[in-house]
Amino acid sequence: MKYVLVVHEGPEGLATLRDPARCGPYMGAWGAYAKALVDAGVFAGGAGLQLPETATAVRKAAGKVQVQDGPFADSKEQLAGFFQIDVPDLDKAIEWAGKSPIADGGVMEVRPAIVGPN
Amino acid sequence: MVSPAAEVERVARTSYGRLVAFLSRQSRDVAAAEDALADAFRIALERWGETGVPVSPEAWLMTTARRRLIDSGRRRETAQAALSLLPLLSVGDHLGGEVDRLPDWRLELMFACAHPAIDPAVHAPLMLQVVLGFDAAAIAAAFLVAPATMGQRLSRAKAKIKAAGIAFEIPESGRLAERLAGVLDAIYVAFGAAQDDIAGADLRMRWLGEEALSLARVVDGLLPDQPEVKGLLALMLHGTARRKARFHPEIGYVPLDAQDVALWDAGMIAEAERLLLAASRFGVPGRFQLEAAIQSAHACRRLGSVVPDDAMILLYDGLVALAPSVGALVGRLACLLAMDDLDRAGQALAAIDESLAADYQPYWAARAAFHDRLGQVEQADRAYDRALCLATDPAVRAFLGERRRAMLGRRV
Repeated sequence: MKYVLVVHEGPEGLATLRDPARCGPYMGAWGAYAKALVDAGVFAGGAGLQLPETATAVRKAAGKVQVQDGPFADSKEQLAGFFQIDVPDLDKAIEWAGKSPIADGGVMEVRPAIVGPN
Repeated sequence: MVSPAAEVERVARTSYGRLVAFLSRQSRDVAAAEDALADAFRIALERWGETGVPVSPEAWLMTTARRRLIDSGRRRETAQAALSLLPLLSVGDHLGGEVDRLPDWRLELMFACAHPAIDPAVHAPLMLQVVLGFDAAAIAAAFLVAPATMGQRLSRAKAKIKAAGIAFEIPESGRLAERLAGVLDAIYVAFGAAQDDIAGADLRMRWLGEEALSLARVVDGLLPDQPEVKGLLALMLHGTARRKARFHPEIGYVPLDAQDVALWDAGMIAEAERLLLAASRFGVPGRFQLEAAIQSAHACRRLGSVVPDDAMILLYDGLVALAPSVGALVGRLACLLAMDDLDRAGQALAAIDESLAADYQPYWAARAAFHDRLGQVEQADRAYDRALCLATDPAVRAFLGERRRAMLGRRV
């Protein structure tokens, strides 16, 4: 089954990403994690995202499109990236999510992907 | 000749969970398996009246349910649905007849029901439905929830098992203890829901209690090396053994220290003791073993001996250290009250976070007893009030009401 591991960074993780001294090693850990997924043969896509302030929200309201600066969610946790993995069941997906180097206070959300007709 | 209806009922009672587990293990689609099985039971009622009951009713039902599943899978025409049913085609055809030869995947099914990705509040209801075949209305009654709400929670959980790909597997040894705790908790919650019916007036509830016991027996049979399973079984047997003594037709609810020990079921107590002894040989204590040990200590009264208060409190201290649940903390408080150690009872009461115990009836009952003992009538009265509001069982309500009247009577 295909699962998407959605990376939500908490305040600690976001602070690390903003700190030039700590950002490099932290991203290095994520790179190693991605490599481990590839080496295990479960990696099926993904991307890391730039900081939330680089986001643009394109909102649909009453049939009209509104463009706004900033990320959609105004919360302590922020979307920071995602991985798609292909594993037999939820337990395996949870196991991989548990191995991520995410900083304290962060959340890895495990969601099954919608499978197309093929 | 066995009547078809009686036979259908027997199979539903004894083999429901096995059939559901078998039919849903690959597809993880519990709801579809239950629908197919319900169809099969309905067809059996019609058909067996004409043809007579087949030699192996279980195999007949399994084959019929399997065909219904495959048909409905074809109608959905998704390659994935058809693929997931393939193993059913091959295994089922080799079944000679006896249900004993049907692989028993009930434990795997229970692990799926009590998976941490499923809302913990639904673990016990879900197990009762898919492993034991209780309908949503009966489960709703046991858990004091509206039937429609319970129905919704159950179908949401089943949909999640399927959509999220929760495996029907016994977890690997590294994670077994932790996951098993979830299964045992759910069984104990189901058992507790039945125990709340003190008078045993609701036969359905009594049946629920026995079925919760049978679930624990299934787990013990399939995982004989897990001491906590034996601990849970022993704990539930001690509770069941006192069922008759807990309710007196004229007096109503009878608390443990006032029970007539002659009414305790000696056979069940003996079995509980055997299990607890077997569990202790593993040398790995756990929450349920300690709770069973506490009940075992109470059971000594039957033999005319009394376990020293200090030993009793030590057991509670161990339990609280291992699993500081509100239930354990209140149990320890009640024990100190029974010992008349009001100083330590006061400390124990102060140590319980009131916000966590707000809806827990035994907490308010113990608190009322504490203030009552100290002559703090107003505080006791308020606590009795809360306990009475929270008590759902008429026998317990009557008992608490009587205690309060006695206290107010003393004041006059």
